[in-house]
Amino acid sequence: MELQLSMVDGSVCMKDSAKSEISSERTLYPYVTGTSIIGMKYKDGVILASDTAGSYGSTLRYKSVERIKQVGDHTLIGASGEISDFQEIMRYLDELILYDKMWDDGNSLGPKEVHNYLNRIMYNRRNKFNPLWNSLVLGGVKKGQKYLGTVNMIGTHYEDDHLATGFGNHLARPILRSEWREDLTFEEAVKLIEKCLLVLLYRDRSSINKFQIAKITDEGTTIFPPYALKTFWGFSHFQNPSKGAAGTW
Amino acid sequence: MALRGDWMYENNGGTCVAIAGIDYCVVAADTRLSVGYNILTRDHSKICSLADKVVLASSGFQGDIRALHKNLAARHLLYQHQHNKQMSCPAMGQLLSNTLYYKRFFPYYAFNVLGGLDNEGKGCVFTYDAVGSYERVGYSTQGSGSSLIMPVLDNQLKSPSPLLLPARDAVTPLSETEAVDLVKDVFASATERDIYTGDKLEIVVINASGIKREYLELRKD
Repeated sequence: MELQLSMVDGSVCMKDSAKSEISSERTLYPYVTGTSIIGMKYKDGVILASDTAGSYGSTLRYKSVERIKQVGDHTLIGASGEISDFQEIMRYLDELILYDKMWDDGNSLGPKEVHNYLNRIMYNRRNKFNPLWNSLVLGGVKKGQKYLGTVNMIGTHYEDDHLATGFGNHLARPILRSEWREDLTFEEAVKLIEKCLLVLLYRDRSSINKFQIAKITDEGTTIFPPYALKTFWGFSHFQNPSKGAAGTW
Repeated sequence: MALRGDWMYENNGGTCVAIAGIDYCVVAADTRLSVGYNILTRDHSKICSLADKVVLASSGFQGDIRALHKNLAARHLLYQHQHNKQMSCPAMGQLLSNTLYYKRFFPYYAFNVLGGLDNEGKGCVFTYDAVGSYERVGYSTQGSGSSLIMPVLDNQLKSPSPLLLPARDAVTPLSETEAVDLVKDVFASATERDIYTGDKLEIVVINASGIKREYLELRKD
């Protein structure tokens, strides 16, 4: 059994003269995807929010996908993009946290460290032409220091006071740039997040009316159960839309 | 989709400038990170302090820039352990060139400007392309606003022609404050016309007393 390097796409296949080639697999395009994640710092910590949809192209296949998860004691991670790659990332991160806990030395990995680890993973997979097809938001608090960072599938990463992925960058970030303040209380922060989630619900085709908010403070993490927002459709334009139209449609 | 095209790169924009003086070096870069017509964040530094007398500013694809900076910082640490001294600017210049050429067939999408003091304490600027071709110059600029800034520097710094014999010194006779003011002016101008340049300017000055950092607000539109 010998290894053969294909110069076309860099994939490595095992070639056995008796058997046929088995080429190694890579993520070519995403299949089941999650849409935007919104994250922002507030007075006591960090809030992450997302909807719970898993789309299969234009089909809304899964309606209860948890796209925000806890990583260790100090971090929350929210993922958009390919859901199976997010599950793979959770395997990497859970293993990282486990080995850190096994040292049992009183230290624990904070959000900065987890973000750095994730940056390297995403960048290295991109270098091997086999990306984890995700845009991730990492938020956390450690010893009073709030942290919010993001990384995408090619390894671009940065931190800010408020972040979003996908459509959230276009629709939610402008609202946050205008209305975010350093000293938002939890209730005010949730109101601001809900304003962003509502815009995404109206304007992002792949979002659904089932949202999850998670908060992390020095005291701990809470991932709230999913809930729906009130929408308004009573615009005069939507009433009797075919009035004045010639023909049957 | 992963097998073809240029999905593995993106241009996060930004501009870097470096000017070498008699006994100082100014390295500056804006702090805007963009992708396409979006601004991702207004406060992201493109400058990396590699050694006591060496500062690197890079623009291009942020993932590659960060990896490149980390790579060089790690190599510098190894150098310190092995040689018990800091790397000089010309040495780091060569290392950066070799590091970039190492990935000649899957390049770091990073356009670099290395600034610092050479072994005699004179200002030292090296300018690079993405695959490691480099040259020592008196001043340089790279990035999205470079074509707007370079002609202004050529005019203001009046660098002697490299063809003259004997070779003339390329470092500018301007004082440190004059050079910093020039940098602020060129960035304000580039911000007006380049959409990828703006938000904030980070200026790093290296001289005999060490490394000093200064910030200037730029237009946010």
